[in-house]
Amino acid sequence: MEPEAAKLLGAGLAAIGCGLASIGVGNVFAKFLEGALRNPGAADAQQGRLFIGFAGAELLGLLAFVVAALLIFQ
Amino acid sequence: MAAEPAKVDPMHQFTIEPLFGSGNWELAGYNIAFTNSALWMAISALVLWAFMLGGMRRQLVPGRWQMAVESFTGFIEDMLAANVGPAGRKYVPYIFTLFMFILFANMLGLLPLGVVGVHAFTFTSHFTVTGVLAVLSFAIVLIVGFARHGLHFFSLFLPHGTPWWMAPIIAPIELISFMVRPFSLGLRLFVAMMAGHVLLEVLSSFVISGGNAGIGYGIFIGIPSLALMVGICALEILVAGIQAYVFALLTSLYINDAENLH
Repeated sequence: MEPEAAKLLGAGLAAIGCGLASIGVGNVFAKFLEGALRNPGAADAQQGRLFIGFAGAELLGLLAFVVAALLIFQ
Repeated sequence: MAAEPAKVDPMHQFTIEPLFGSGNWELAGYNIAFTNSALWMAISALVLWAFMLGGMRRQLVPGRWQMAVESFTGFIEDMLAANVGPAGRKYVPYIFTLFMFILFANMLGLLPLGVVGVHAFTFTSHFTVTGVLAVLSFAIVLIVGFARHGLHFFSLFLPHGTPWWMAPIIAPIELISFMVRPFSLGLRLFVAMMAGHVLLEVLSSFVISGGNAGIGYGIFIGIPSLALMVGICALEILVAGIQAYVFALLTSLYINDAENLH
């Protein structure tokens, strides 16, 4: 396989990481909503933690984008 | 990749170019041209300044504008009080500046100024800018941590109640997770903004080339892409707010580590 073709294939495969991160972000918000509907009184106090979890899950998906960008543009 | 003129190059919007013929300005051998990035930084600082000035009239019964400014400051103050505690009050100016600057930069970059021929430049989509902001936050954490706790600050790398035989494994992991913080902080903002703008540009290129390719393509590709673009624009406004919030939130969490250890 040509190196250029392998690079582009790798960049495409990195998009799987974005999809998996979307599952993670969805999980974070789904579980938060689940808990919040059971105990709405405690929900507002936990919003900071919600966004910490969101940031953690999202970062790993963004890393996949960085890998793809590096493969394409380097 | 040099695209032919008819194609839309999604990366072109991130080009930094000198403005007003300042391309040759030099200081001690370094180029200090006034770029479009610097221009938009100045614009967002100016808009932020105007926004704050309008809301600082200290009326007893606040008007709408003052209410808007006060809700922002109150929001940041609550966040620091919840995450750092009473020691967090003195960081309100820094976190507030950081949050508002990033928020205004993200929002101004999304303005549809292309309609009137001005190219809005999102400088938060460059790692040099977000990286400097992240290093600034990290430096504050280090300075505060060492000033308040001295060498005891290193106990951050060994959480309370760690069994002694786990220490050789836990300490390096904690050290790495600590050292990687400025990178993850800067990277998150930069990639989120860049990915959103690339996505919008790619979708707009679908609309343009679909419309150019003929009426059938225009209806079946152009129109759905345009509808999707409107939705993604709304999502981008949300992301602009969330990323500014996350940056401020994580900075306040790191400051909490430095202030209170754990």
